[in-house]
Amino acid sequence: MPDPQPDALEAAAPWADVAGADVAGAEVVSGAGATVLRLEGVSVSFGDRLVLDEVGFSVDRGEFVGIIGANGSGKTTIFRVVLGLLAPDAGRVIRPRRHIGYVPQKVAIDPDTPIRARDLVTLGIDGERYGVRLPSAARRARVDEMLDAVGAGPFADARVGTLSGGELQRVLIAHALVGDPQLLIMDEPLANLDIKSGHEIVELVARLTHERGLAVLLSAHDMNALLPHMDRVVYLADGRAVSGTTGEVVRSDVLSELYRYPVRVLDVDGTIVVVGGHDVRVR
Amino acid sequence: MFSGVMANAWAVGTIVGVVSGVVGFFVVLRGASFVAHAVPLSSFAGAAGANLVGADPVLGLAVFAPVAALSIGWLGSRRRRDVVTALVVAAMLGLGALFLSWSTQYSAAVYGLLFGDILGVSDGQLWLTAGLAMAGLVAVALIYRPLLLSSVAPDAAAARGVRIGLVDMLFLVLVALITTMSVPVVGALLMFTLMVGPPAAARSVSRAPAQTMALAVVVALATVWASIAASYLSTWPIGFFVGVIAAAFYLAGRAWSALRR
Amino acid sequence: MTGFFGSGPVHVALAAGAVTAIVSGVVGVFVVVRGQSFAGHALADLSTLGGSGAFLANVNPLWGFVGVGAVIAGAMELFGVQRRRGRDVATGVVLGAVLGLSALLLYFDTTSTSTTGATITVLFGSLFAASPSAVPEMVALAAVGVVALAFVYRPLLLSSVHPELASARGVPVRTIAFGFLVLVGVTVSLTSMVVGTILSPALLIGPAATALRLSKRPPVAMAFSAGIGLVATWSGVALSYASYRWPPAHAGWPISFFIVAIVFLTFLCVEVPGRLRRPSAPEAG
Repeated sequence: MPDPQPDALEAAAPWADVAGADVAGAEVVSGAGATVLRLEGVSVSFGDRLVLDEVGFSVDRGEFVGIIGANGSGKTTIFRVVLGLLAPDAGRVIRPRRHIGYVPQKVAIDPDTPIRARDLVTLGIDGERYGVRLPSAARRARVDEMLDAVGAGPFADARVGTLSGGELQRVLIAHALVGDPQLLIMDEPLANLDIKSGHEIVELVARLTHERGLAVLLSAHDMNALLPHMDRVVYLADGRAVSGTTGEVVRSDVLSELYRYPVRVLDVDGTIVVVGGHDVRVR
Repeated sequence: MFSGVMANAWAVGTIVGVVSGVVGFFVVLRGASFVAHAVPLSSFAGAAGANLVGADPVLGLAVFAPVAALSIGWLGSRRRRDVVTALVVAAMLGLGALFLSWSTQYSAAVYGLLFGDILGVSDGQLWLTAGLAMAGLVAVALIYRPLLLSSVAPDAAAARGVRIGLVDMLFLVLVALITTMSVPVVGALLMFTLMVGPPAAARSVSRAPAQTMALAVVVALATVWASIAASYLSTWPIGFFVGVIAAAFYLAGRAWSALRR
Repeated sequence: MTGFFGSGPVHVALAAGAVTAIVSGVVGVFVVVRGQSFAGHALADLSTLGGSGAFLANVNPLWGFVGVGAVIAGAMELFGVQRRRGRDVATGVVLGAVLGLSALLLYFDTTSTSTTGATITVLFGSLFAASPSAVPEMVALAAVGVVALAFVYRPLLLSSVHPELASARGVPVRTIAFGFLVLVGVTVSLTSMVVGTILSPALLIGPAATALRLSKRPPVAMAFSAGIGLVATWSGVALSYASYRWPPAHAGWPISFFIVAIVFLTFLCVEVPGRLRRPSAPEAG
């Protein structure tokens, strides 16, 4: 596994160098609050394949940004670049020094696994640290508070492998947030959830975003579930990206240029439908 | 049953029980039962080779066990490692077959290394075992959290900066270490059951990680002690008892969780 | 050279080896594709029980291996297939229990018949000592195995690669899984006669794993696999024969060693270059 190379990526941005400092002190162009994450001209190739083609966007504090794109459009690759797990071939990534909360896409856990929800969340505090750590009441209280905040209190003592999709998602969010990150990244959180659970999760995340001043970046292949809460959207197609508000980006002309293919955007009773040239449903 | 040469057997057995429970907890968590079986088997070849040149078999174990473990780690990917495991153990055992063919009058010693020998534990072995066990337990204490997280949710662990490749290698070295200390007593063929049966039984009963590990240790100790006693009294090989008792505990655990549901 | 080709035991060894290599090469491809290397290895170890039992009962070891191998394979499939993860623990525990039993039988063997060689023979094989009468039986068994495989080839392939799709199309996935594992048990018995129980996974999995890295198409992989196994086995017989004068014991190096060494080295040749080029590819995401 290639180790993160934070110095190479973060050296360019002066404010990102200040360890632990709140990003709010920085000079940032884009928007309401301070920019917590910024990608500029990021390109990644795997062999001959250009997976990300000069992708650029930013996420501010308190912003809920969705990355929309089909499978294979490069969403997971962007996350790996953001997390520092993959160095881009070109471009800059500026990200917070304090760790990023990450909710991975696939967490397949055997039902027998002797790890309870609260154990997984406890590992969110310092699961990456080596060394011995004695149990402490303060830590337990912090975990309890987090579990309640995501609505996982009722199943805090259940085995992680026995939880439903929605329940596990809440626990993973708690795991990601208990360490008090500035940025929360979620890789396709709605993929395996039914509609109701999906909506509940999105509402939960939106609420936490505003309550805690988080910056949130999450990916999906259907934007409709995110529409009520998204501040901005990053639309990905074939490794190319366009970002802005929904009104700016989700338009026939913009998306047609992005896809390099005739695309029509229709509003069907409040639901946005993106349709390819000849009535072929493009998702 | 408790005096003289047997005292060493009890002491080593106890140490082996404790470390088996601790490391075994992770073996089952990581789905590494095959590796746990393969490393002791591979180390057997080392013991055969050492015996051939007149060296202490434990030295052979100490060399071949980590070589096998690290080969498996390097050649195989963490997700599909079963093919490489099968081949590494076969290759090592092929060497073992070669060494055996070069020596004469070996069958009894072969048997002891494969199926266990409670009467042959020297004082030197006892001290070595104690030392290795201390090192192993300290290592586990130090990497406990990253190892736990990367076993359960590797993507999340990697995102937090855990070097899961390195942690995986450390885990494999731990398996090699426990192999070296246990094979002379419990036998190469059967020592893995101590790392698989007791933790599997424990997790049927207990939900939290620390408690499960403790319970795994208790069950492993019970298995080892019962096996030593039974082997002493019946003169049957200890490997037989370890294999059968570990299986019994595992089934008991399965029955328990089936009844609870 | 004429000594080699004129020797009776060599003929037996070449014939038995060829038959075994071909069958295990072909079956092995499916074992690897289905991710059942541990099951294959466990079956080999488990057939130790059959071998040691056969020695005790003074029966031709082949039937000991086959009988027990087939029964245990069936039991394994019935015993723990529901969860993929749970399966490896179940396999390990069953393996441990049965090996323990084998330990006991071998112990009785040594004490009752005072043939200490039983352990070595069962575990490591003694192809040169195989009797000529064993060959027709082995050929027959191998033929049955190959015919069975040809019969279920397409459903087996589909259910190995895409079990959900297979069952949607009416393929009896569980029955096939059961039957396949029995076939593996029988194959492993054959290879145990050649290289012993402990090394038979090498013949089952090695050539297949190598072949699959050379070609992803099953018929081609099966052909390569059988070919590699055949070359390895015959070379093993030849080298072992040639080693009769070699130090240190001047009694020849074991066939099983040569076969396994060749199989493993072949695998390394196709695997290591790839591994060196990409130092542990990223797994996350």
